[in-house]
Amino acid sequence: MSQQIIKLVENTVLKKNPPQFQVGDTVKVKVLIREGTKERTQSFEGMVIAIKGGGINKTFTVRRVFQGVAIERTFLVHAPKLVEVKVQRKGKARRAKLYYMRERVGTKATRLKEDSSRIARDFQEKLIAQEQNEGLQEEETSEEVAAA
Amino acid sequence: MASDIKNLGLIGKKIGMTQVFDEEGNVIPATIIQIQDNIITGIKTKEKDGYDAIQLGAFASKEKHLTKPERVSLQKKNLPLLRKLKEFRSPEKIEGLNIGDALNAEEFFKDLKKVDVTANSIGKGFQGGVKLHNMGVGRNSHGSKSKRQIGSIGPGTTPGNVKKGKKMPAMMGNRTVTTAKLKVARYDAENKLLIIRGPVPGKAGNTLFIKAFGVRTWNHYNKASA
Repeated sequence: MSQQIIKLVENTVLKKNPPQFQVGDTVKVKVLIREGTKERTQSFEGMVIAIKGGGINKTFTVRRVFQGVAIERTFLVHAPKLVEVKVQRKGKARRAKLYYMRERVGTKATRLKEDSSRIARDFQEKLIAQEQNEGLQEEETSEEVAAA
Repeated sequence: MASDIKNLGLIGKKIGMTQVFDEEGNVIPATIIQIQDNIITGIKTKEKDGYDAIQLGAFASKEKHLTKPERVSLQKKNLPLLRKLKEFRSPEKIEGLNIGDALNAEEFFKDLKKVDVTANSIGKGFQGGVKLHNMGVGRNSHGSKSKRQIGSIGPGTTPGNVKKGKKMPAMMGNRTVTTAKLKVARYDAENKLLIIRGPVPGKAGNTLFIKAFGVRTWNHYNKASA
């Protein structure tokens, strides 16, 4: 009974459409920060190396290597301050927690092999279309030729 | 004019702890308190009883869980059977409230920012001086014979006794404590839940007595009338 009441309270603060992403994805996280009376969004880009907890306590950890220094930030999925989580790139992860990324050095430390599942391909196509719209670029076109 | 119910109190039940977000979006630790119907079971007056107070009852009970005096006293007033009764002092004569009515919790928590919560704390059993009074510990090695001893308890033959109130190992917890100035996060009138920032004494399921912060105490009334 008590647990049901606690759930009742927690459900009122949960997001209706929580952001969708998986471990291994490279994401861009937008967070509201307050400076005095002003509010602005700050973005943080990196790879999701862990998703922990459930319900209101669900968190995810984003890792980014910037100028040789690794930064890890943990966010609450249901925090109102978390404005958006945009998936930039689907990664192929065979573990639920990618803590082994911490031991990696160099280019290996930043990237995982891309996920070749359908969702990832769909996403990739969308990304290519988007970039073409913006008037970019040789790489994508050459890939398209190869695919054709 | 009806009495201000904010001078009184309420009986609640601790449900447990979780976390919620405040208006700014920060995470705050939260205690959930269920406030079921608080039924007025008695009104005391200065003329008859020497002080003004209200007696509230909460938590519906089965007949077998009450003693005969408890049961009869409620049945005489045509009240439902209630498990918990508690008196709250009032600075003025109780008016506009009648026996059998439920105290309006929504009105009580309207614009109320801080509360005091009184409850029985979690019992820790018989504890030594180190845990109970933050006494220092002795050496653990080199033949030490005073690892967690309380040490000397005073002078010798003169005066030949131990000072009253000397801190010694004793029962810890399981006594009535009040946590003051707890911030009210919000009151959910629909589900009759009070959400408070931070912890309150006792375990989940315990009975709590809630008063508005700043409401004067029993002693204060006594002094004022004396």
